[in-house]
Amino acid sequence: MSRRLIQGNEACVEGALAAGARFFAGYPITPSTEIAELMAERLPVAGGVFMQMEDEIASIAAIIGASIAGTKAMTATSGPGFSLMQENLGFAAMTEVPIVVVNVTRGGPSTGTPTKPSQGDFMQARWGCHGDHPIIVLAPSSVQEVYDLTITAFNMSEKYMVPVVLLYDEVVGHLREGVELKGTAEIINRDFPLVPPENYRPYATGDGLIPKLAPFGSGYRYHMSGLSHDETGFPTGNPATIENLLVRLQEKIEKNRQDIIKYKAIDVEDAEVIFLAYGSPLRSALQVQKQARARGEKVGLIQLLTLWPFPHELLTETFARNNADFIIPELSLGQLADEVSKSVPRDKITRVNRNDGALITPAQLEQALKGVMK
Amino acid sequence: MNYKDLLRKDKMPHIWCPGCGHGMVLSSFLRALAKREYHPDKVAVISGIGCSSRASGYLNFNTLHTTHGRAIPFATGIKMAKPELKVVVLTGDGDSAAIGGNHLIHAARRNIELTVIVFNNNIYGMTSGQYSPLTPHMRLATTAPYGNIDYPFDLVKLAEGAGASFVARGATAQPRHLEKIIGQGLDHNGFSLIEVITQCPTYFGRKNRMGSAVDMLQWQRDNTSTTGKEGKIPLGIFVQEERPEYCANYHHLVKTVAEGKGSE
Repeated sequence: MSRRLIQGNEACVEGALAAGARFFAGYPITPSTEIAELMAERLPVAGGVFMQMEDEIASIAAIIGASIAGTKAMTATSGPGFSLMQENLGFAAMTEVPIVVVNVTRGGPSTGTPTKPSQGDFMQARWGCHGDHPIIVLAPSSVQEVYDLTITAFNMSEKYMVPVVLLYDEVVGHLREGVELKGTAEIINRDFPLVPPENYRPYATGDGLIPKLAPFGSGYRYHMSGLSHDETGFPTGNPATIENLLVRLQEKIEKNRQDIIKYKAIDVEDAEVIFLAYGSPLRSALQVQKQARARGEKVGLIQLLTLWPFPHELLTETFARNNADFIIPELSLGQLADEVSKSVPRDKITRVNRNDGALITPAQLEQALKGVMK
Repeated sequence: MNYKDLLRKDKMPHIWCPGCGHGMVLSSFLRALAKREYHPDKVAVISGIGCSSRASGYLNFNTLHTTHGRAIPFATGIKMAKPELKVVVLTGDGDSAAIGGNHLIHAARRNIELTVIVFNNNIYGMTSGQYSPLTPHMRLATTAPYGNIDYPFDLVKLAEGAGASFVARGATAQPRHLEKIIGQGLDHNGFSLIEVITQCPTYFGRKNRMGSAVDMLQWQRDNTSTTGKEGKIPLGIFVQEERPEYCANYHHLVKTVAEGKGSE
């Protein structure tokens, strides 16, 4: 174990290498570029592959290809590039190829505000590509969490054979903090088929929900397609087969929500007011919550580490128990608050929104807290 | 090895229309492949979207049917992760020259060892007959009902200009010749592109009153030349050069860095 002062984007690279990533393909884009630069330096030394591709579409295609060949693979981008990746993100979800896509978020829409933070990709990360599809989205708020959750992202992608998006804003990406680089993190690798090649059906999951996809070149020859497919991977137009596939894709995440959904709850048990946040707004919320408690006010905080699947059960239970008011600071005009309103009544939600590139300050949150408390 | 043993016969019949040339391209490819005796486990065939790209599903290798235009970068990832695999890309004129054109030129520029076979039927067949970047000027298509005012790419020149180290063109009317040039493409240590002129009697042929599949093959005979005849579409190998290959370059770089000799 070693402690180092590094940037969020550097921690992402360290986490990826610790998780076993040995392939990176990417395209330069602010504010994620440091990830590509450091990967270009580190991967050749680590026996891995770094490639700068012609665009983001090629970048995600290349990492899916590398993962199909059995190598843990990652790309990193920001909003505009993430938009370009959506079709192939859906391909990875449909074909169940594990990949990690890092989106260091900046102001949008369009070219927007490249060097400033935003959380306007909250919904795109979940619903950016067409069709019902499984996906996991993790959101670190500190440099340590970037390191830890990058490892978690690879583990979850390999365990559930699903693309995982790591979403953090520009401030978290460029922030420098002390980080423990744990050399002993638990690493999960995808399962290899148990049956011999002649009996192999890549998408036959038996009693389970997760396929065992053999790496290309390992002696198991099969077909993989983004078309709706049967258990052999071959395209089908049969409604029952299509439904089985799409329901299983959803269930493999939904039935494992408890394992996938991660959060931190601080002083929530008796809280009358709860801050709910992730990313850079969380950092301001943490300070305000701590100060309010010190004053004896019943204020708690929930930090989301998993954004999708969204932890509705947690919020429903918390609200039913506490009848608390929720203050939701976010760097968008309410994408997170709108989702929360599915489990918490709208009149119990106070929104604190910014999308001008500036941070949500503790003073802003103090004011919001005063407004709720009176 | 009989080339028919390389097919997934349980996945037949194929989806192609009667008279379509794609099966002829595929059989030429498989005959060339069978002669080379690669182990099927070590062959990966990657395709995009369109009629031609359905070919991958019928082949008993590691096969990947990707998104529209993106077969080449998927193949690039596979090749870089496992350079020992023989990686072949099957694609169409729309898939490779329109939506995937950027990937085509960049893979050519890198000189990565991929064998890219472009099934050029001058039309988008899967979506029933729209013009592609390889539809000739003033030919008809469903989206060019008064004639196509675009000018087509010369795919051979495009690939050559982009830096491909092996570039060839064949035609379904010349299946033995086609087999030969695909074989040489497979043997090539670098990026190879083989454009194949193939007939689509259902859409391109019918729209342009070119007659049956046999008539379209006769058109190919009359309008192509393997000997460079004036005024004919040339068939053959146009570029065949030994140049440093991308995976080998990367391997060399890694070795250099490991020995502490990276360029300062």
